[in-house]
Amino acid sequence: MKNPVAAATPLFHRLVPRAGPPVPITIDGEPVEAQTGDLLITAILTHRPHLRRFEFAAGMRAGFCLMAGCQDCWVQLADGRRVRSCSTPVEAGMAVIIGEDPQDA
Amino acid sequence: MLDVAKRDPAIVVVGAGPAGLRAVETLAAAGLRPILIDEAPRPGGQIYRQPPVGAERPARDLYGFEAPKAVALHRLLDRLGDRVDHRPDTLAWSLLENRLDLLSAGSFDQIDFDRVILATGAMDRVLPFAGWTTPGVFTLGAAQIALKAQGVAIGRRVALVGAGPLLPLVAHQYLKAGAEIAAVLDVTPLAPKIRHGLGLAWQPATLLKGLWYTAHITLAGHPIRFGVKSLRVEGGARVEALVWTDGRGREHRVACDAVGASFGLRSEAQLADLAGCRFTFDAVTRQWQPERDPEGRSSRADVYLAGDGAAIGGADVAELAGERTALTLLADLGRPVDASRVALLDRRLARQRRFRAALEAAYPFPGHLLDAVPDDEMVCRCEGITVGRLRDTAKVREAHEMNRLKAFTRIGMGRCQGRVCGQAAAEILARTLASEPAAVGRLRGNPPVKPIPVKETL
Ligand SMILES: Cc1cc2nc3c(=O)[nH]c(=O)nc-3n(C[C@H](O)[C@H](O)[C@H](O)COP(=O)(O)OP(=O)(O)OC[C@H]3O[C@@H](n4cnc5c(N)ncnc54)[C@H](O)[C@@H]3O)c2cc1C
Ligand code: FES
Repeated sequence: MKNPVAAATPLFHRLVPRAGPPVPITIDGEPVEAQTGDLLITAILTHRPHLRRFEFAAGMRAGFCLMAGCQDCWVQLADGRRVRSCSTPVEAGMAVIIGEDPQDA
Repeated sequence: MLDVAKRDPAIVVVGAGPAGLRAVETLAAAGLRPILIDEAPRPGGQIYRQPPVGAERPARDLYGFEAPKAVALHRLLDRLGDRVDHRPDTLAWSLLENRLDLLSAGSFDQIDFDRVILATGAMDRVLPFAGWTTPGVFTLGAAQIALKAQGVAIGRRVALVGAGPLLPLVAHQYLKAGAEIAAVLDVTPLAPKIRHGLGLAWQPATLLKGLWYTAHITLAGHPIRFGVKSLRVEGGARVEALVWTDGRGREHRVACDAVGASFGLRSEAQLADLAGCRFTFDAVTRQWQPERDPEGRSSRADVYLAGDGAAIGGADVAELAGERTALTLLADLGRPVDASRVALLDRRLARQRRFRAALEAAYPFPGHLLDAVPDDEMVCRCEGITVGRLRDTAKVREAHEMNRLKAFTRIGMGRCQGRVCGQAAAEILARTLASEPAAVGRLRGNPPVKPIPVKETL
């Protein structure tokens, strides 16, 4: 990605404040705080602009349908699990691995 | 089969949306104990989807005018208690003969049913356009779910694109929640909406709500632009702008960092397909639908269909159809049913059908988007199969039928099982051959209908 600011700016934008304690997770090793009640896709995209690399060509993906239909939002966790992030509640300690778009590296 | 005579029949309902919930309510009232399966953790289905634990909000904020209906449906299972065997977080991933294959919290299970009601609902109808796989482009439904289930907007500055009544509703909801809107674009023309306005008055409350949302977003400075001819997302790694052509061919560009775009709804009919139900082509919505008689029967005597999973009717129809179909099932079992209730439901459903016909006419299928999509654009977002690949294969290899096209290109074989690409691929094939989607056939489904852990399937 050419523009480093755009590369780091998250996609999702919180509009409704939520009570409940923060939920610590890591994304590519960096600690971030999710919120109680977050789905994993929300926890990631409120900190990052995408979820995963596209495995058939260059480029990244950030989910598409949010209703467990398109299967675009599967995410790799460091413990070996692969989860569909739009239907998986965030859990404290989840370690998400996104990696970089090979084109940018 | 086990000694059926000595036990109550095993009745399974798949889908805990408005259709499935009203169905189990009716079955339980007749003294049966239906099994209700849904992959979601909480009942409600699409429109009345409940946020995950910890993200709850007042019903009025989430469902607006529809809050009382949503709350009534959410409480229905509590009220019925153990008269319904509710199995949330459970995916029905296959249906062959009389057996449903289930996956719940990583463990596999099977149910043998005597009769099943499929109330599997719908998802957004997706059509490709230039840049539609860029991170930050979501369906319109996804834009709504982000807000309703999570209290987030899909971006800081969002463009919304649609071809149906969901568009003004989502735009209204985003504005109300304080989101910044870049544009509200309808790819269908305005004229048919005016022409069919009278037909829409068959459901005056629904019509008024639609007009209210439209008025609100117009007053907020975002009038809907109708008749959009083509769409192109700019930005490679993320969305930077949406470029669109208006009805007169003029190009416009709006800066934005997210797009919510889809073009009507599409039934989730995979289980009906695996069950061997007969499908017919619906010329209005241009999709293959499982055949359903007005009483809710499919072509298979022990399989019933209710709600948007067999034909798009919306939430109120789904509630009516769920109850109506359960009454049909009871009558088929030889149980007594209240004939006056049946007559009332049939009258209401008939009224709704007239409304739906006008609504479909007001939002004609936006096939022009497919003529505008470039060859190098993906149609399959699972595996990256391009529009050009389909067009070439149709011409060069004489793939004149969808399953032949699939054999050559793998279209419809990715993780989503053709949910996202299937209808677009059929339209592209038909357009390339100067034919009709009815003539190119339909993709046959295979289990699992959604990905399941691989080792256990062996
Ligand atoms: C994003 C979106 C917004 C909508 N907004 C409106 C609106 O504002 N007004 C309106 O009238 N209509 C709206 N609709 C149309 C909607 O389809 C209906 O209103 C209504 O939800 C249909 O009810 P239903 O019971 O038929 O299906 P749904 O409500 O979709 O319920 C189907 C249920 O089945 C479950 N399911 C499906 N397949 C399986 C399986 N294989 N295994 C386990 N569970 C399964 C799903 O998890 C879901 O909970 C919307 C649709 C979508 C997708
Ligand atoms: S975003 Fe479509 S399945 Fe998760």
